[in-house]
Amino acid sequence: MNNKLVKNAAGRMVVNEINGEPATPYMGVGNFQPTGHKHAPRISTCADYPGDGNKEVESIKEALVRCGLKDGMTISTHHHFRNGDLVANQVFDAVKELGVKNIRWFPSASFLCHEHLIQYMDDETIHHIEGSMNGPLGKYVSEGNMKGTGVLRSHGGRYQAVQDGEVKIDIAVIGAPSADPFGNANGLAGDSACGLLGFALADSQYADKVIVVTDNMVKFPCIPWQIQGNYVDFTVSVDKIGIPEEIVSGTTVITKSPDRLMLAELTAKFCDAAGIIKDGFSFQSGAGGTSLAVGEFFKEIMKRKGIKARFARGGSNKYLVSMLEEGLVEYILDGQTFDLDGVYSMANNPNHVWTSPFTSYNYHGKGNFANLVDVVILGATEVDVNFNANVVTHSDGFLLHGIGGWQNCLFSKTVILPLPLFRDRIPVIIDHVTTLCGPGELIDVIITERGIAINPLRKDLLSKVKDSGLPLKTIKELKDEAERICGKPQKPQFEEDIVAVIKWVDGTVIDVVRKIKSG
Amino acid sequence: MKTSIAITGNAGPKVRSDCEITLELKKEGGISIDLISKVQALYGDSIKDLISEIIEFFGIKSASVRINDSGALSFVIAARMESAITKLVNTDLEYLPEFIQENGYSTDRDKFRFSRLYLPGNSPGHMINAGLHSADAIILDLEDSVAYDKKDEARILVRNALRQIDFCGAERMVRINQGERGLNDLHFVIPHNVNLILIPKCESSSYVKKVEHEIAAIRTRYNLQNQVFLMPIIESALGVENSYEIARSSGNIVAIAIGLEDYTADLGVVRTVNGTESFYARTRMIVAAKAAGIQPIDSVFSDVNDMDALRENVLASKALGFEGMGCIHPRQIQVIQKGFAPDESEIDESKKIVLAYEKAKQNGAGVVAMGSKMIDAPVVARALKTIKLADKLNILPKDWDKVEK
Repeated sequence: MNNKLVKNAAGRMVVNEINGEPATPYMGVGNFQPTGHKHAPRISTCADYPGDGNKEVESIKEALVRCGLKDGMTISTHHHFRNGDLVANQVFDAVKELGVKNIRWFPSASFLCHEHLIQYMDDETIHHIEGSMNGPLGKYVSEGNMKGTGVLRSHGGRYQAVQDGEVKIDIAVIGAPSADPFGNANGLAGDSACGLLGFALADSQYADKVIVVTDNMVKFPCIPWQIQGNYVDFTVSVDKIGIPEEIVSGTTVITKSPDRLMLAELTAKFCDAAGIIKDGFSFQSGAGGTSLAVGEFFKEIMKRKGIKARFARGGSNKYLVSMLEEGLVEYILDGQTFDLDGVYSMANNPNHVWTSPFTSYNYHGKGNFANLVDVVILGATEVDVNFNANVVTHSDGFLLHGIGGWQNCLFSKTVILPLPLFRDRIPVIIDHVTTLCGPGELIDVIITERGIAINPLRKDLLSKVKDSGLPLKTIKELKDEAERICGKPQKPQFEEDIVAVIKWVDGTVIDVVRKIKSG
Repeated sequence: MKTSIAITGNAGPKVRSDCEITLELKKEGGISIDLISKVQALYGDSIKDLISEIIEFFGIKSASVRINDSGALSFVIAARMESAITKLVNTDLEYLPEFIQENGYSTDRDKFRFSRLYLPGNSPGHMINAGLHSADAIILDLEDSVAYDKKDEARILVRNALRQIDFCGAERMVRINQGERGLNDLHFVIPHNVNLILIPKCESSSYVKKVEHEIAAIRTRYNLQNQVFLMPIIESALGVENSYEIARSSGNIVAIAIGLEDYTADLGVVRTVNGTESFYARTRMIVAAKAAGIQPIDSVFSDVNDMDALRENVLASKALGFEGMGCIHPRQIQVIQKGFAPDESEIDESKKIVLAYEKAKQNGAGVVAMGSKMIDAPVVARALKTIKLADKLNILPKDWDKVEK
């Protein structure tokens, strides 16, 4: 690939061409102005579709053939089943059987269960992945084994890419816990219930061909239609589309670690002192154990002060649902349900509303919900002395996580990252992030168990909390402390080859990930 | 001659912040270092350099070293390496990591000791963030929480921890072993600014005196300025019988504690939640402590999940006269602090006393009086401390003194 690099607005050397297509380097927050029109699929006619509305075919393989699957096409899948997904693996098993090659896989995220697909990268059934690459997939890519260059985007960025025609999906495969033969689908009922199908919305609207795969085919109509059958070409019934125990998994448990609980409590104290927790406020916290604990501490403060939140954005889980049910939160605007409490609440409580990356996160639209949130609690793998943050690689340079909604949430009014100062000797606060995912100007507060650093740009926050008795330090002091305790870290060694590209919310290239030096 | 292979430290899927070192001394061939580490990319070189430095420090010419590291900090790696070497080589040398300036502080004899967090002396993972949980004291334990065959390693680890970990102002305590081993333990810790030594299973004043004597010799040798306090732990029937004698056996004793697990075992009874079987021992020890002018400290509460039961236990303990309790998990600290902290009536009483004292000072009166009652100096001192603590615990309203006037 073309290795010519240009310096972007964040000072990172990035490519302006990815997998043969042109790309724009990052220009700073809000500076890139999109031109042109949204992508539009071709016009269809009912004449080409069954008059009785029954689009069912025998198998995924047959559906792919009927969709005209060819070498080099783009196939998309969603990740509402998280590590319990069985769809993507079945799809590529079929692609392999058909002898098709060089597919671009476009998942909304990948998980450890997709390790199965490494063999298809080895034999070039899959040319490259545009989506997160975790665990074994991440290692495979970091070691330079994938044929093409990976692209990582936020949830909002993925929607933007599809909407803008940056990624043209040839075939979208949508796993649906409930569907009818016409193609209407939802995530609320069925053995593989996952709540909603928001991540597949763009796929259904913009893909050339759409296949709905279900293990719970019901008679027309399948209500509510989170995916509209009018966008769907074929429906398929299979034995299983997901593993329920992994779909609604145990990740939503509040941390028991005393260190992390302390961090969560400190975060809530900070928000209280800064006047952020007030009647009618809105918040969002990530799905990790520490973030959940922050939510519980918020709850205590809200109860004590008789405060109600206007809305909370989720990842919903049993803790958030109980806040809704106890009247502490008026609405949950939900992008993803993590457990059965979330699924049930979404199905039965009108104030628990499903959203999609279009409404929540899309930057190339007329506003989005993430901007409206008063305070968001997020994680990170690294933060540097300019408040820049990284979520996709660890300090050893290996690809580790997807971006999720993280970049999109940076536009909320106050962005707080509660982080341990170091994790197992690895400093979290460092000089220079290994991979830039979020620019420092959008990150307001770093809270560690050894002190709180407020971005100097937020003079308003500084003045609100300066007499609060909270342990305020500069970010440099925190970095120095991490270094004193852990020692000054070496930088990971990389080759020249670029294995993946990180996109910003507007489709520009904010950073690149290089191949790990072996040996 | 000792054996030629030594294995120290810990490794395994659940191990964090520690490392396992396998050292084999060789007759020739130079030094070979083989490192597997979670943090290879960041600290691989510096770990190897550290190992080389330590090997050279101890004058070893040929050896093979295998390190299996799970993110151990430098001082932990150094401790494990030194332990491996001293298993194989007789030496008086000590590879001491830097003594950070934050660790030079001393404490007062009647500082509040409501909560003391036990840290197993061979588990570095628990030590690193211990100071952040604001316990009054931390206890680096060389005794019961360390397996017998790990006690030598624990000494070196604890020594290094005393030098390198910032415990954020908590009183720095070490619980030594019994007998000869305990006296030897002192040589590894006293030179590194320990504020207080816990003497386990104490049954007589004679051992206290031995400990004191050993400490004095070490302090003289190293020219140490800070005082080292003592806290005997009573854990047997004989200890209870001798509690008053133990309590006043040394001017360095600031508190005595009771260890109920071993005590009930000694009696051959089951330890129960309401503690009827140990009621006599506890109250007897409290009386002995108060008579000797020192703090009586209660035993740890083993159920780390039941905060309600802990809360009840703390209140009962305080009602008997105890002035603190051991903690075995950070989440117990807040509950214990709140329980032993002065309550509203104590604070009110102390307020009145302090105000009377201020008034007396203002008027140049020689005596502090509240109505017709005279207030002795120690009572005033205690009231001032209570107010100061209440203030520190944020349970004193601002301008409390202005409101009253």
